[in-house]
Amino acid sequence: MKLTLKIWRQKNARARGTFVTYRMDDVSPEMSFLEMLDSLNKKLVEENLEPVAFDHDCREGICGSCGMYINGHPHGPVPAITTCHLSMRHLRDGETIWVEPWRAKPFPVIKDLIVDRSAFDKIQSAGGFISVNSGGAPEANSIPVKRKNADDAFDSAICIGCGACVAACKNASAMLFVSAKISQFALLPQGRTEAKERVRAMVEKMDELGFGNCSNTGACEAECPKQIKLTNIARLNREYYKAY
Amino acid sequence: MALAGLFLLLFLPVHLVINLMLLKSDPDPFNTAAHFMATFPLVKIVEIVLIAAILIHICYGIYLQIMNWLSRPAGYAVRNKSETAFFSRFMIWTGASVLTFLVLHFFNFYFIRLGLVEGNAEDFYSVAHDLFSIPAYNYIYLTCFMLLGLHLFHAFSSAFQTLGLNHRIWTPVVNVLAWIYAIGIPAGFAFISISLWLFR
Repeated sequence: MKLTLKIWRQKNARARGTFVTYRMDDVSPEMSFLEMLDSLNKKLVEENLEPVAFDHDCREGICGSCGMYINGHPHGPVPAITTCHLSMRHLRDGETIWVEPWRAKPFPVIKDLIVDRSAFDKIQSAGGFISVNSGGAPEANSIPVKRKNADDAFDSAICIGCGACVAACKNASAMLFVSAKISQFALLPQGRTEAKERVRAMVEKMDELGFGNCSNTGACEAECPKQIKLTNIARLNREYYKAY
Repeated sequence: MALAGLFLLLFLPVHLVINLMLLKSDPDPFNTAAHFMATFPLVKIVEIVLIAAILIHICYGIYLQIMNWLSRPAGYAVRNKSETAFFSRFMIWTGASVLTFLVLHFFNFYFIRLGLVEGNAEDFYSVAHDLFSIPAYNYIYLTCFMLLGLHLFHAFSSAFQTLGLNHRIWTPVVNVLAWIYAIGIPAGFAFISISLWLFR
């Protein structure tokens, strides 16, 4: 495959970035998108040029590190996958591919395609946990949980915190992420004890960090690699009203 | 925002029913209804709530939009191609168009009743008929109501989601009602405008 890449290059957080064009003539359709970037970086290193900095870790769609905005879509044009699972065969031969970092005030660019997503950690630290004494793990079945609640909580808990929801949202809102983290606890008896404090603290932290407001556009749901549903946002709203 | 919006959604059908009386050749029913709305004490209380809802909806909407713009100081080179609720992307602009019309509407009717603008507050039937005989007024009227329809379509279902009212069975019903409301209400107002403009 022959491709033209237009990749955002930015030396550091304070530098002004720009798009740099790279031509790739020998891309295999079997490559993953990240492998294609690896081969570009190999070429750049061989030419004594600075390689493109991008986040990646597990390359199995679990860690949520490999966030980048490809041709107008977070994680690329294929639904329900992360960038590491995006195969080059999903893109057209001869295509021009624009690769940009997540854009949001709370996700400042550190270098090239890497953004600082610690804002999500701060929201989690504000209340995304249950307080239990350490020690031996209790028997999992000692507290009965409705099957539907367990399934819904699990569907919310699979959020990998990649930030695609923020990247896709026209308002750079983090509501889908926060609602998934709220839901995974709100649906289970262990999470009910601190439900009010949790939702107040996490929403307050989300607002304080400068994320935008949800206008129910649905781009987050459409682009979420783990298919977290908008119903979580409705649940977050209900939990928030109940907390006052 | 959602509560104020829902109150406005409740008001529009009432306004439409009164406006339908403009189609009668007898001015009395419309003028009587307008007089009742202007003088009945309970309606006066609702009017205060209505004005408050309009102001809250406008001010909070502008505030949220500014906050949202500030949340992404640097945009993308490639426009977002996500599959989204299409009309939700333009809420501030469709809302601004409706606000423009509202200002015009207040000058033509509401401010006359308040005594801020000169005019005959006891015969709004004639005022309306005179306005609908002006082609330019009808162009503005029809355009604004078409944009109101786009605004209402997203607003209707969005308000339920914001209030946390999301349900496996009822949310699809609400979405169908949103279509019916967003087409039906503006179509009703447009029908009055076209009837008085072209067929009188």
